[in-house]
Amino acid sequence: MATFLGINLFGLFGQLLVGLINGSFYALLSLGLAIIFGLLKIINFAQGAMYMLGAFFAWMALQYMGINYWAALIFVPLAVGAIGILMERFLLRPIANEDHLYSLLLTFGLALILQGAFTHMFGSSGMSYAIPEELKGGNRLPFMYLPNYRAWIIIASLAVCVATWYMIEKTKLGAYLRAGTENPQLMQAFGINVPLIVTLTFGFGVGLAGFAGVMAAPVYSVSPDMGSNMLIVVFAIVVIGGMGSIGGAILTGLGMGVVEGLTKYFYPEASTTVIFAVMVIVLLTKPAGLFGKEA
Amino acid sequence: MKSLKKSLLSAAVASVFAVSGAQAAGISDDKVKIGVLADMGGVYADVCGPGCVTAVKMAVEDFGGTVLGKPIEIVSADDQNKPDIGSAKVREWVESQGVDAVTGLVASSVTGAVTKVLTDNKKIALISTSASHAFTTKACSPYNAHWTYNVVSLANGTVKPMVKDGKKKWFFITADYAFGHALEKVASGVINKNGGEVVGAVRAPLGTTDFSSYILQAQSSGADVVALANAGSDFINSLKTAAEFGLTEMMDVAGLLVFTPNAQALDPAIAGGMKLTTGFYWDLDDQTREWSARFKERHGSIPAMGQAGAYSMTMHYLNSIKEAGTDDADAVMKVMKKNKPNDFFARNAYLRNDGRMVHDMYQVRIKKANERKNADDIYVVEKVIPGDEAFQPMMAQCDFK
Repeated sequence: MATFLGINLFGLFGQLLVGLINGSFYALLSLGLAIIFGLLKIINFAQGAMYMLGAFFAWMALQYMGINYWAALIFVPLAVGAIGILMERFLLRPIANEDHLYSLLLTFGLALILQGAFTHMFGSSGMSYAIPEELKGGNRLPFMYLPNYRAWIIIASLAVCVATWYMIEKTKLGAYLRAGTENPQLMQAFGINVPLIVTLTFGFGVGLAGFAGVMAAPVYSVSPDMGSNMLIVVFAIVVIGGMGSIGGAILTGLGMGVVEGLTKYFYPEASTTVIFAVMVIVLLTKPAGLFGKEA
Repeated sequence: MKSLKKSLLSAAVASVFAVSGAQAAGISDDKVKIGVLADMGGVYADVCGPGCVTAVKMAVEDFGGTVLGKPIEIVSADDQNKPDIGSAKVREWVESQGVDAVTGLVASSVTGAVTKVLTDNKKIALISTSASHAFTTKACSPYNAHWTYNVVSLANGTVKPMVKDGKKKWFFITADYAFGHALEKVASGVINKNGGEVVGAVRAPLGTTDFSSYILQAQSSGADVVALANAGSDFINSLKTAAEFGLTEMMDVAGLLVFTPNAQALDPAIAGGMKLTTGFYWDLDDQTREWSARFKERHGSIPAMGQAGAYSMTMHYLNSIKEAGTDDADAVMKVMKKNKPNDFFARNAYLRNDGRMVHDMYQVRIKKANERKNADDIYVVEKVIPGDEAFQPMMAQCDFK
């Protein structure tokens, strides 16, 4: 086997690829958070719970209604997004003018309630959701066995991430969106329905978490605590990338997946800590984050 | 004739009252109070949690609700898998609420803290679900009774036969905390002793979601068997990933601690065929089926081994109070060790002087989808492991007579 400085290169390539796969999950989740924070200035701690809802909705759709994975990939994000819309309209809007801490506490409480309710209803052991027939199996690359579903995760996540980035940064709709949150009075004077834009943006950001949940269902245990495990890491990624930077969230998500993957190879015990260590270094040297604009 | 019968009956009734009246002096605070401490809403909620409370309630009801004429009360609390929360609660129970014994007891870290409090207060710990064998070895106490299973029985039940079958090289994916380390250490001991070899190990932090990196390392290790020294969702996630990356086709995967709810949560296509060791399986015979059906009716799912253990140990505890004529911990413990527990759970069982409940363990195989008659039909019992082969020998300093 090829080695370099005593390191098994094939093993290393495998770890890099696996890191990239995880990174695309992180990218998807941090993207939703970054949109909600960057455009709406809401710190959504319920994003992890929405990811969990996405996975559970996919499971329920299959279990109770016979809706398969592919259909769930479309319907579930819409359903989760709709819940987000209701949440924004009836819970977050009344406190929209208060300090950011209020939305943080509210969404955090909501996340705990959802997690508790699902533990009560479905137990803590989790549900199993099979990989769809079309994506079963895998390919033997020179350095590792790549399951088809993992390849699909990279492709689908990146496609969604790039499309979202393009929509917000490069299209007219995105321009309205950014302008509407930057200067609501002015935009309203132009006849743009800003509250509607805010609601839809929140729904979209939350829908992304639902999408990630469906993607995760076949590979991870569908359990009530799956969101809370993920959320803190994803928040750290958003902070590293720069609060509110859309492109930054995507790139940092991928990058941190790779960093974590390498840590798992060289020193697994530190793998849950490494992202926070990076966060501390970034905050010390570049407080606005790697891609954030200095205030 | 009729009047003779009547007077005999009343004499009998009177004597029962007389006896219980005399013995009731031995019951502290005029009641027997059992605390159930468990993880009520976290990762281990399904393996003990509210189900353990149900099981203890069933035992008290089946016992008749009173012992020596005094009522039996149950209190329960959530330890959130945190030793500080668990030990504070238990301290409050024994110091100001008159709790006589604490059962449930899931996460080994919590049990370690709680048993200290109980021993200091001379109250009995009835450990149903913890895995560590410390409570009957290096942290043994005359007030500990460890039921159900421990890491030694898992290693002896699952690892030993595989090494003897020629699976010599082992790789561990271990949960990076006390329980995982203990399991890895005990299992490695068994492997080395039987002529096997541990070729590598990774320590994955508790609550790891993605195990693909570790699975790749396992794949390139050249091992015959990959042992999963973890539990709960860590176990599920690691096994799912192993199957996805084709590991299960390349080498054997051994789950070292698998509870029924975890096995049920896994797709039979992934878990089918895996061998593991358990202290109880609901579908063993008529006795286990009868009790499990009653449990399922109340709880909604088949019992995990710790839940069945919680019933069995509560029953043995209450029977022992009745025979001892007191709820004094030393006297009750003496009777618990003298009399052999024998019920749907405890087979060929006895409570050893060190507090280890030695009983038959079961080597089972997870059924494939086509073998299952329904969602509860998950194991085939392949072999009964006699208690003396399953558990560790007693240490001299733990021989509490």
